[in-house]
Amino acid sequence: MMVGYLLMLISSIFFLGIVNRIKSIASGRKGSSVLQPFRDVLKLFKKGAVYSETSSLLFRVAPTVAIVAVLTSMLVVPFAGGNAVFSFSGDFVFFAYMLALGRFTMIIAALDTGSSFEGMGANRETLYGLLVEPAFFVMMGVLAMITGLTSFTEIFKAFNTIGDYSLLLGLLFSYLVILIAMVENSRLPVDDPKTHLELTMVHEVMILDNSGFDLGLIHLTTFLKFGLYSMILTNLLVPPTWAIGYQVVCFTAVVAVFSVLVGLLESFRARNKMGKNPPYLLTLTALGLLGLIVALLIIQKIA
Amino acid sequence: MNISFLLSAAFLPLFSFILPKGRHFAITITTQLLVAFISIAGVFTAYSGVSLFDSHFGIGGDLNIVPDAISGFFILIINLVCLLTTAYSQGYLAPYFSTKGKTEMALHALSLVWLQVSMILVVTLKDGFGFLASWEAMTISSFILVMFEANKRETFKVGISYLMQMHVGFFFILAGFVMAYGKTKVFGFEALTEYFALNSNVPLFLIFFVGFGLKAGFVPLHTWLPNAHPAAPSHVSAVMSGVMIKMGLYGLVRVLCSIQSSFFEIGIILLSVSLLTSIWGVVSAIVQKDLKKVLAYSSIENIGIVGIGLGLGFLGIHTGFSSLSYCGFAGAILHILNHAIFKPLLFMGAGSVYAATHTRNMNELGGLSHKMPYTTTLFIIGSISICGLPPFNGFISELVIYLGMFQNLAGQSLREIIMLISSSMLLALVGGLAIFAFSKAVGIAFLGAPRKPLDNVKEAGPWMLMPQLVLVLLIVLIGIFPKLFLNAIAPAIDMFPLVGNGQVAVEPMLASLGEVSWISLTFFLGIAVVLFIRSKAQQDVVISQGPTWGCGYTAVGSEQQYTSTSYSDSFVSLAKPIVKVSKEFEPLEECDFFPQQGSFKTGSNDLFEDMVTVHPTNRLAKLIKRAAILQTGYVQHYVLYALLFILSILVLTYFKLL
Repeated sequence: MMVGYLLMLISSIFFLGIVNRIKSIASGRKGSSVLQPFRDVLKLFKKGAVYSETSSLLFRVAPTVAIVAVLTSMLVVPFAGGNAVFSFSGDFVFFAYMLALGRFTMIIAALDTGSSFEGMGANRETLYGLLVEPAFFVMMGVLAMITGLTSFTEIFKAFNTIGDYSLLLGLLFSYLVILIAMVENSRLPVDDPKTHLELTMVHEVMILDNSGFDLGLIHLTTFLKFGLYSMILTNLLVPPTWAIGYQVVCFTAVVAVFSVLVGLLESFRARNKMGKNPPYLLTLTALGLLGLIVALLIIQKIA
Repeated sequence: MNISFLLSAAFLPLFSFILPKGRHFAITITTQLLVAFISIAGVFTAYSGVSLFDSHFGIGGDLNIVPDAISGFFILIINLVCLLTTAYSQGYLAPYFSTKGKTEMALHALSLVWLQVSMILVVTLKDGFGFLASWEAMTISSFILVMFEANKRETFKVGISYLMQMHVGFFFILAGFVMAYGKTKVFGFEALTEYFALNSNVPLFLIFFVGFGLKAGFVPLHTWLPNAHPAAPSHVSAVMSGVMIKMGLYGLVRVLCSIQSSFFEIGIILLSVSLLTSIWGVVSAIVQKDLKKVLAYSSIENIGIVGIGLGLGFLGIHTGFSSLSYCGFAGAILHILNHAIFKPLLFMGAGSVYAATHTRNMNELGGLSHKMPYTTTLFIIGSISICGLPPFNGFISELVIYLGMFQNLAGQSLREIIMLISSSMLLALVGGLAIFAFSKAVGIAFLGAPRKPLDNVKEAGPWMLMPQLVLVLLIVLIGIFPKLFLNAIAPAIDMFPLVGNGQVAVEPMLASLGEVSWISLTFFLGIAVVLFIRSKAQQDVVISQGPTWGCGYTAVGSEQQYTSTSYSDSFVSLAKPIVKVSKEFEPLEECDFFPQQGSFKTGSNDLFEDMVTVHPTNRLAKLIKRAAILQTGYVQHYVLYALLFILSILVLTYFKLL
């Protein structure tokens, strides 16, 4: 039960390190250690902080709420055909809304600083967040439809055992989950975490005024989200009947492939123009609807 | 529940016409407590069977009405909201004491009581005449309340338009009852079951839907709502939005409970109108810059969410999926309760802001979090909850509705699958849009740096804060212990048609809600732990304050912040075809060396308001003007008209045409 949770926590330590390493290799540099991002966070935890005079208590609490929101939503994600720590009917709704709560608090915290940059980031983050939400719900709706079950644990226990075609749907949805994860974590092509101009940032510009422990928490939140989505990917791709040892190996493989993919993508692709982002995000929902059609074909509702 | 008790209590505030202004509050709140006591005692008697009073006391037993579960549910909500808002009004109305006369204040107090009494009567009386009379009393008393600041031209206009639109609704309801009366010879809700059993269901349902929908604010009949709410004093908007528009839903629920066939058609109508309502409401909420208008439009959105629940319930009845209908109805009823909790809270918060700053325009607000920390915190909790985010109560009702959608996907036919999946997708979109609207309301109005100086701004007094605190307590309680509250409203849900075997659906839902309590508690625990670690880590390091990071530019002004208009601009550019934003400005002349004062104004128009009210009334006015040619002002002409009339009657009778 806790194995999955621990795996998510451990994988999140390495994930961004691998991404950065791949990026440096692709650009011909040697690059820092895989553990460097995590070391940075630990260092931030020990640092002092400067708070804006404009901001209120909310600004200080928001990063805490955001990370606990992610940690809480991780509780409903199962591993290896086992049960998640919490599993109940409709837990994926809780999952999505809990992540949204974290986003909401960070958005209003950004507005709390009274900076026009951060207002801009907050605005973009809300817009992108709302455009992604329907895609996730369509995906979960399709999974609930073909399995007839309504919690992450039950769905993933049943999903890869329903027939030969589930792999097709699994692959399609894995692709969708990767895209959703990229948006949720503010990576390319919607947002570029390495950009140095405030005007072109989305997530980074929201947290300009955070420092010290709080900034560490924010970075850690991003790491955790990658671990979280890697786990969902594993659940979509790996049959739950396999032995736990294989499952751990598969999860490691998924983390490795996913992080390498993110690294390569960020090395060779440029960020979208801001105006192109909303249509791009709507394609995610379109992808979900494509999944619906595939699923309807599989269960032979449309001949 | 003895109606005569209730009615006689309601005349107590007449004393305030002769007593000094300072006593009005005491009389009002005492009367309201009395009314609450009588009505809740009635509900209590109906459930426990223990009669607190001899029901045959005084006047005959006819006046003793036993409320059923749905009535009981609404009576509790009405009393809760009315009492809390009256307590709030003690603080809110204080500045008006010097400007308003005694009669005005007394009339206001009387109307507050009458609104409560008439709403209680609306939800208890099933006889048509009694129902319509109390419905009318409700409209009139709320009209007087809206007109509190009738000296403002805008308020006056809005009030009159409200009164007229409500009477259009009244006539639709009347027509519905008359239609049923024609077939059954019974005037009132009792007639409906019999009528629906024998006749086709959809037409009468549609008539009632228009009548009650006008009150509830279903799009496109919502146009009075976003105007009346901001015009009314805040405690009145809280009652109106919290419970009065729910009276429309109550009527609708009563009609729906009697429906006998055509479940699919009615379900589809409800579902599609409600989806349109919720999306339209929240999209319009995003565009507004008036804080209370945001809340008013968000009420429309929430009415839509309730309607989605009801529509799903009917789909469930049609397909025979009892869990779908149970979850749909349960979600709807629970959302009525939830909305009656967080919307008054938000309106009270907005009212406190208005009382302190004298503006509702968010582009002139900001930075209130330092001056009004309690109001800000309460408003943030209300916003989180209205966005449907855990761990608060708004999440619970949305979760129940989602459960209905997702639990019943397997085994449906293609048509239902597509409907369920697209509604879940749209509901998710509405959730995201609500986050947009409320992050704007909170972030622009309360947080950041002040856009206008806030020198005289003070935190709201205890009379204004305490009611909000009670509501926040309820928000948290429902959020963490949803099972308790769902069990409490179960009798009301059981009254819906054909959910008798809903028990099958209840168990998994309750089990799921039980888990929600645990995971919400874990969430709070997690926050406590991380905050503790954070405070430990920050003990030995330097924590300092500085200006907000301005990218190296140090002369950042507060007017450079995002405003309400610029925050919504990114969305407006996406939703251009349906959202209209008007911009009026005087551009500077090209070679103007000494520029005059320019002006820039933005506003938003509701497309439906133009289509449903503005254009038809304009056209009518034009038509009437054309008819005015007859009005010449010469007495001779008028005599001629009379003569022509008599002549035509003569001719018509002669040819036996009359």
